[in-house]
Amino acid sequence: MTAAIVIEHLEKSYGSTLALRDISFTVQAGEIFGLLGPNGSGKTTTIRCLCTLAKADKGRIEVGGISAIAQPKAVRKKLGYVAQEVALDKVLTGRELLQLQSDLYHLPKSYAKTRIVQLLELLDLTEYADQKTGTYSGGIRKRLDLAAGLLHQPEVLVLDEPTVGLDIESRVIVWDFLRNLRSAGTTILITSHYLEEIDALADNLAIIDRGKVIAQGSPSQLKDRVGGDRVTLRIREFSPPEETITAATLLRSLPFVEQIIVNPNQGNSLNLVVKAQSNPLSKIEQSLTEAGLPVFSLAQSRPSLDDVYLAATGQTLIDAELAAAGSRDLKFEKKQAMK
Amino acid sequence: MSQNLTPPSLESILAPASSASLIPEPANAIADFTQETLALAKRLFIQLQRRPSTLIAGIIQPFMWLVLFGALFYNAPQGLFGNDLNYAQFLAPGIIVFTAFSGALNAGLPIMFDREFGFLNRLLVAPLSTRYSIVAASTIYIVTLTLMQTAVIILASALLGAGLPSVAGLLLITLIVFLIVLGVTALSLGLAFALPGHIELIAVIFVTNLPLLFASTALAPLSFMAKWLQVVASLNPLTYAIDPIRYLYFNDVWSLGSVVLDAPWFSLNFVGILLILLGFDILVLLSIQPLLRRRFA
Repeated sequence: MTAAIVIEHLEKSYGSTLALRDISFTVQAGEIFGLLGPNGSGKTTTIRCLCTLAKADKGRIEVGGISAIAQPKAVRKKLGYVAQEVALDKVLTGRELLQLQSDLYHLPKSYAKTRIVQLLELLDLTEYADQKTGTYSGGIRKRLDLAAGLLHQPEVLVLDEPTVGLDIESRVIVWDFLRNLRSAGTTILITSHYLEEIDALADNLAIIDRGKVIAQGSPSQLKDRVGGDRVTLRIREFSPPEETITAATLLRSLPFVEQIIVNPNQGNSLNLVVKAQSNPLSKIEQSLTEAGLPVFSLAQSRPSLDDVYLAATGQTLIDAELAAAGSRDLKFEKKQAMK
Repeated sequence: MSQNLTPPSLESILAPASSASLIPEPANAIADFTQETLALAKRLFIQLQRRPSTLIAGIIQPFMWLVLFGALFYNAPQGLFGNDLNYAQFLAPGIIVFTAFSGALNAGLPIMFDREFGFLNRLLVAPLSTRYSIVAASTIYIVTLTLMQTAVIILASALLGAGLPSVAGLLLITLIVFLIVLGVTALSLGLAFALPGHIELIAVIFVTNLPLLFASTALAPLSFMAKWLQVVASLNPLTYAIDPIRYLYFNDVWSLGSVVLDAPWFSLNFVGILLILLGFDILVLLSIQPLLRRRFA
């Protein structure tokens, strides 16, 4: 296997805000690689640096062995980029947009013409091709943007949050399409804050948190590395802190419990890591009942990518998302991205 | 909608170029530049065709300038603007150049909106041979638009009694319009890459547009002005475009050696003026290079 993308020790700040602290990962040729992280963790900034839209302060970026910093034009030829927000010219028709894009990549006219017809057909866009893009729905817009990104047969397709805001049907269509694209030999880098999306698609992934890669590997490797099974316990729907601490102390003394994390963002629920196959639920319930504590909900599961994230950061992805949403200045970020 | 979008036979469509090698080798830099420039210009013309209000307003506005300014000075003493000239004759060149200048000054706005809507990213991630193709496309568009406006101004002025320049004169007017549009379009696009957003760009256009009109010889000759304004006006690129066109309007007989700009401390013939306009263009094109190359943050 050869590396399609190598990113090493990427750093970038916007003014006094550190957007990327230390991003390193390698994408092998022919795989789907996922960048997973909550909103605001640095996924888009990483992608913007990779696609030569933004300048990194420090670090190395290579696509197919060519430096994106020293030879941006050569790298642009190799990359197809599908941005998070589809920007179409609403006055142009879908076909006109693809024609424009094919000229920007210097495709020969006759080749472009056939390729546009093929891609329109392949993405079920033929019936919309001669309507203005201003009339398109979200799913059609996204598919047109996919077609645009693939016109020049890029070695690497980069998609930033490709299914945000899409309905489930459109999402499944995009997923299937990306899998087919991988089978045909295209390397795909995809960012997402949806666990299921990365779990379903990615051969390998890196988890990003606050501008840093905190875990990297295949989904099953990462889950195995976290180890054990997961038990989520709620004493009450919203448990008072003292009661939670009592319960945590009590459960920590059980021999099969390896780790307990209190999650204040979800009504002080307790997230337990237990030894695999120890049949823990009845024992947990028993010891709680003996201590006179109620049980609101109790569930066991195999570790998920969320647990990988939880183990590394102490909060779940959804919590991080909510926390980030509260502290994020979207206007400021948009301004920074525009600069 | 079918769930499986890719019958196996179509897998080759999805394959990257390296394995499918369907794309012939690229031609050369000039062919690439031409291809991307024409494609970008085509987009602007499609927009104009489907949203013709720009064109309609662009025709009405200079026409109104002609009528209003003409009426404003209607009772000015005979001979005030030169021997036996009427103000329509004096005004037409000013309005032609001012129209060209305003159009070109606004050229950056669509690019700024493209930037704000993320469409510009499409251009910036593409392997353009040079980003000057964006400037070239806008220049082609604005020059075409301006020449249409100029034709209307020339015809309207003729109706108002300004007469018509000769064919050679019209060609020279076209060349001068092209030179002023190229430089100012490039300047405006440079601003579209440099400024934070459309509010700032509009502010710059706002404080540049009319002051440069009044600080030029568009509405009154140098000799009418205060000394300091004469200095400003004789440094203003608009003056260098207006005075040669005015000369063509005033003189049936002219040659490239005719002195067309007579400032208090220098005078220039057609050749000198064309060289200065060309120099202005080259200076602007060179100075915006770092802006075009810029990676946004």
